[in-house]
Amino acid sequence: MRRLFSGIGALVLGLATLPAIAAENLTIGITQFPSTLHPIIDSMLAKSYTQAMTLRPITAFDQDWKLICMLCTELPTIENGLAKRETYQQDGETREGIAVTYKLHPQATWGDGTPVTSADMVFTWEMGRDPRSGVANLEGFTRILSVEVIDNKTFTLHQDRVTYDYNSASLILVPAHIEQPIFAADPAEYRNRTAFDRDPFNPGLSFGPYRITAIEQGAKIELERNPTWWGTQGAFDRITIRIIENTAALEANLLSGTIDTIAGELGLTLDQALAFEKRNGGRFDMLYQSGLVYEHIDLNLDNPVLADVKVRKALVYGLDRELISDQLFQGRQPVADSSVSPLDSVHSADTPRYDFDPGKAKTLLDEAGWSVMKRGIRHNAAGEKLSLEIMTTAGNRSRELVQQVLQSQWRQLGIEVTIRNEPARVFFGETVTRRKFPAMAMFAWASSPENVPRTTLHSDQIPVAETSWSGQNYTGYASVEMDSLIDAIERELDFEKRKVLWARLQALYAEDLPVIPLYWRANSYPLPKWLKGVRPTGHQLTSTLWIEEWRVEGRD
Amino acid sequence: MIKVILSRLGESLVVLLVMSFVIYALIGLMPGDPIDIMVNSDPNLTAEDAARLRALHGLDRPIIERYLSWLGAVFQGDFGYSRISNQPVMEVLLPRLGNTVLLMGCSFVLALLIALPAGIFAALKPRSIIDHAINLTAFAGISVPPFWLAILLIILFSVVLGWLPAGGMGDSGAGFTNNLLHLVLPVATLTLATLGGLIRFIRAAMIEALRQDYVRTAQAKGLHPFQVVVGHVLRNAMIPVTTILALNFGSLFSGALITETMFGYLGMGKAIYDAILGNDYNLALVGLLFATLTTLLANLLADLAYAWLDPRVSLG
Repeated sequence: MRRLFSGIGALVLGLATLPAIAAENLTIGITQFPSTLHPIIDSMLAKSYTQAMTLRPITAFDQDWKLICMLCTELPTIENGLAKRETYQQDGETREGIAVTYKLHPQATWGDGTPVTSADMVFTWEMGRDPRSGVANLEGFTRILSVEVIDNKTFTLHQDRVTYDYNSASLILVPAHIEQPIFAADPAEYRNRTAFDRDPFNPGLSFGPYRITAIEQGAKIELERNPTWWGTQGAFDRITIRIIENTAALEANLLSGTIDTIAGELGLTLDQALAFEKRNGGRFDMLYQSGLVYEHIDLNLDNPVLADVKVRKALVYGLDRELISDQLFQGRQPVADSSVSPLDSVHSADTPRYDFDPGKAKTLLDEAGWSVMKRGIRHNAAGEKLSLEIMTTAGNRSRELVQQVLQSQWRQLGIEVTIRNEPARVFFGETVTRRKFPAMAMFAWASSPENVPRTTLHSDQIPVAETSWSGQNYTGYASVEMDSLIDAIERELDFEKRKVLWARLQALYAEDLPVIPLYWRANSYPLPKWLKGVRPTGHQLTSTLWIEEWRVEGRD
Repeated sequence: MIKVILSRLGESLVVLLVMSFVIYALIGLMPGDPIDIMVNSDPNLTAEDAARLRALHGLDRPIIERYLSWLGAVFQGDFGYSRISNQPVMEVLLPRLGNTVLLMGCSFVLALLIALPAGIFAALKPRSIIDHAINLTAFAGISVPPFWLAILLIILFSVVLGWLPAGGMGDSGAGFTNNLLHLVLPVATLTLATLGGLIRFIRAAMIEALRQDYVRTAQAKGLHPFQVVVGHVLRNAMIPVTTILALNFGSLFSGALITETMFGYLGMGKAIYDAILGNDYNLALVGLLFATLTTLLANLLADLAYAWLDPRVSLG
């Protein structure tokens, strides 16, 4: 008996002295705090970044820009029979739509143990299409005519039209068992009462690899493993997202070790990252990923000078965009030839290019009638000076640097360019959206893979007072051929045929040049040496959508 | 005295009412609104979406109608929701107010504790080496931009030396010491920024007071220099200094935007700034009105202090 007790005592003592298994933590710095955590009210990158770890869309484009199932088991297509064309009656007319069937992952479970079911899809749709709910973009929901529940895990979305992206269901489901009572009580107050903001630690709000366990408004969000997650377990027990709005302070926090990494999607600007790498590159692995943020200059085609395509082409020929990319961005932001990214599957390598050719630029300007030189500035026969104004967001250092280079390069051609910048709020709130910029407006568009540029290039999207300034065709570009190409691309289901249409769209864009393409912005990811598996996507979905692939190697 | 106080409080209410309308109108006059920015950043949003969102957030109504609706709700104790935080306004502001009072209070008291003796000493030894050194420090404090100073302190104490955290406020439940360590750099930044002006003002007020005849009389009476300075000079010099302190007191509750941003400190300054830029009327109004109220109250306290410091001053 004595021996037994001694043995037990030794065992207990041995176990007590075993080293504790250290929790693996990760702290990420970002520059914004999400205004709401509701997945479909308001679109904000900070929210998407955080929520990518707690929720997943039904389908998504992966890091290779392929459409995949995240919450479903099989991507529905017409070929596999899970999508079927159908007709329906509306306003006395027979219209063509499509029925797309999704099967939810059998193990998909909310964090409180409630299965993710078709009921969640039905509620999400009903809530999303209700104008009182506060959802910003209703169209994604109103295009769904009805949700047919096949079984607990299977449903069919009956959509009102057949478009090439019929099977892309990027929406995120909302838990009906928690949110439905709140919505039913008062739909108009739902956006203020949603559990996502009033009870964010409720485990039933997450089904992803992590769930939110602590929030300090404006300061940090903490996430811990979700025990009901059915996929690969993440490497981290806890992930803390710290909000540090000032990027210089963000850098300092990274160097001091307060944070482990900075989110590329919401962190340092490229020039800051390049400078950081120069000073501290040895301590961190720097990852750069160019993507779908298209930096460009919209040209106001109502301006009589810019209405002439020869002048527009001269402006592009007169720009050494490769030099700008190399000198200012160390080649990390590739030159753009059109609004379609080279990473996009529909990009056409045959799109006409405008390589730097000041000789050609000058010839074009002469042909356009700007041939009289007075004190280094071109004039036309009427004595009018070739003078243009370029505007962008004040305080954006990268853009202001680029502006100065553009001004200088165009000056070489005899074009006088004046710079006038405004705070972003004014620039986007009034100047751009109401087409008040006199000549050139430099800013960026963010889009998604194979995003059809209807709102930016279709002639019915030119903002006017009569339509309350809706549409983003700020250049005022109107082309019958472009309009029909856009309409055709949306309806064409065959990828190869669609590619042909896309190639013509890009060629026409380059021929008509309503916009001066500049470059594709790159995100920069300073990663500690021990953090592996981070794969930026380059498109609008954040790298955290694959947080479970991030891993630790060789951390002290 | 009670009559004066009540009268001043009544005046303050009128000022608050006028300020509430002015602030509301100014925010409303800013070009663009959050819906415009939302539409610009999301090409999928249509004109119908924009109109619907404007109606949902009440932005389609005339500004006077919105203001009166807000005022009516405030009189019923409903300060509304913060549009950018999606939370009741007071739930957003009250914690921030506490943080700001802590930060600004510490730096205010520290600045005063340093500025008073420094200003007195400089005034007592004009044009001496010590006076020059104090003046140099004061000018440096006035000239150095707070954001630059903040970064410098972060780099030195957090990155190079690793003694102090680079920002944030300390985890809740992390303990008093941890929270104190997070306060050191922001308080140091604000103190240094405030110190310069205070030193210069106290010095000037002291020099002015030292020139007065009663000081010569006090010295002729054989009073100890300490008694002359503290008992006579300082008390008179504090009258103009009280004005400055009263004005600075208002900032105790309105925060310090730049310092808060640099250190990721959740205070009123940043909250008000974000609210204004985000057209978050409810949050901006309550925050700004609170700052206005504290400034008005501080001025009332200053007037009461005048009466105490200088018996010749009568209230009412």
